[in-house]
Amino acid sequence: MRFLSPDAYAKSIVASVQDYSLMCARAVANIFTRPRYTADIFTQMDSIGVGSLPIVVLTGFFTGCVLALQSAVSLKEFGAVNMTGGLVTMAMIKELGPVLTGLMVSGRNTSGMASEIGSMKVTEQLDAMRALGTDPLRKLVTPRLVAAVFMLFFLTIISDACGIGGGAFVAVTMLRLNAEQFFHTGYMSLAHGDIVEGLVKPLFSGFIIATIGCYYGLRTSGGTRGVGQSTTQAVVSSSVLIILVDFLVTQLMIGIFGR
Amino acid sequence: MTEFLSVGGPMIEFDDVTISFDRGPVLKNVSFQVALGETRILLGPTGSGKSVLMKLVNGLLKPDSGQIRVFGRLVSEMDERDLLVMRSHVGMVFQESALFDSLSVEDNVGYRLEEEHLDPREIRERVLEVLRFVDLEDAIDKFPDKLSGGMRRRVSIARAIIGRPELLLYDSPTGGLDPITSSTIIELVVKQRDVSHATCLLITHRLQDAFTLATNRYNLRANHMEPMPNHEVDAGTKFLVLQDGRVIFDGSTLELTHSSDPWLLGYIE
Ligand SMILES: Nc1ncnc2c1ncn2[C@@H]1O[C@H](COP(=O)(O)OP(=O)(O)O)[C@@H](O)[C@H]1O
Ligand SMILES: [Mg+2]
Repeated sequence: MRFLSPDAYAKSIVASVQDYSLMCARAVANIFTRPRYTADIFTQMDSIGVGSLPIVVLTGFFTGCVLALQSAVSLKEFGAVNMTGGLVTMAMIKELGPVLTGLMVSGRNTSGMASEIGSMKVTEQLDAMRALGTDPLRKLVTPRLVAAVFMLFFLTIISDACGIGGGAFVAVTMLRLNAEQFFHTGYMSLAHGDIVEGLVKPLFSGFIIATIGCYYGLRTSGGTRGVGQSTTQAVVSSSVLIILVDFLVTQLMIGIFGR
Repeated sequence: MTEFLSVGGPMIEFDDVTISFDRGPVLKNVSFQVALGETRILLGPTGSGKSVLMKLVNGLLKPDSGQIRVFGRLVSEMDERDLLVMRSHVGMVFQESALFDSLSVEDNVGYRLEEEHLDPREIRERVLEVLRFVDLEDAIDKFPDKLSGGMRRRVSIARAIIGRPELLLYDSPTGGLDPITSSTIIELVVKQRDVSHATCLLITHRLQDAFTLATNRYNLRANHMEPMPNHEVDAGTKFLVLQDGRVIFDGSTLELTHSSDPWLLGYIE
């Protein structure tokens, strides 16, 4: 292990951020110019969207269940058990749906992208691709970016629905609450801004998942061990970034909608 | 065929090229030229910078200083878009074959033509044609992980020559292969050279391969490789020897075998 002096370390971080931003900018710019790899977009949508469906449905559902149980305990103290539906719905749509979906898909697909592109890098397949006249950024990064942003949006909606469904299931079967009232309080608790907030967050998560996964894949070096390392680093970075950006977006939305 | 070559100058020209990585310089003030139609054999110990030099030729790496001209064009200053155009005239065989492991042999070999959106029927025909050339028609539907090292190398050669390139780059085409498979690969290189007359740059660590290339020709009618008559040496075959990132020899086969440099003699032994 090599130790860097503090200023060399700071420089390397600045350089990485610069490389990352440059890659993101080029990946986005590629969306608007030819050639486009549409078939690759659909392959990635299948892998990210359809592949992540079970994990998103299950985590969403059980998060809703837990949320209903926990909030009912607290609400009971105030004699407001009826409000369980409102709390579950609000929490799922604004916060837990987007963040959990982001984290789950990140664990699954950021690692997949980093290791796939990383092994292509260390076996010179990326160089071979360039030698054969293809820009790897266009062929590999842009389709993943488009697919991840698009799919995260819908996966989050599914997760929200499953969470609310799970909450309702617990409320009716274990808390003996009225299903109609559960959904009614849930519906009433939501404002326009909450929905916007819940639907903007996955766009950012999708962007982070694809760009971080590809970035760590592209800068892999050092054989199979390097692939393992960049995979781990990619998942860590994207998870932290998803939560950080979630915080920033929440802050921004409170500024815009006042709640 | 050579209309892409802008002037009648050399095919490849390195002028005082230096490149460094984290651990220091890899190529130091390298200058040499490869003429049109020449076969240039690149020798040198492992880690002497041969693969880096080859990637510089194809614009896969950029030099820190110095100029590189290929086809008379300044590769060291081209942007990626122009490089993609330039590379459509270059075929490259990578050290470990670098086949796309998610694609079948057919899609690997036809990759370049598919990128150029040719008619699928024509692609299929040309894929079959080059696979026949490397004697691998049966493997067309296989995936790279099901192929032996020699077969992977042959697929890689097929993929490199399908675009009928004017410049061919072979990075250690016999590396890691047994002697018999190595000779069949070298025979293939000789065949390709004598059929297409393309300029070629070839890295090898087996001197034997180098001398086979210099002293043999391909007999198309009999369909096999044969020694040149009267122990002749192919005048179009030249050598470049690298050591520690510096050029220590640049010349013809005879000059190499008659060299008096002690290190070179030790290396050739
Ligand atoms: N992309 C790279 N990043 C860092 N170092 C590299 C890179 N490519 C090559 N090197 C270093 O350059 C030196 C020469 O490598 P190479 O050209 O592959 O040697 P060879 O003559 O065996 O083909 C090696 O020490 C290698 O570690
Ligand atoms: Mg090498």
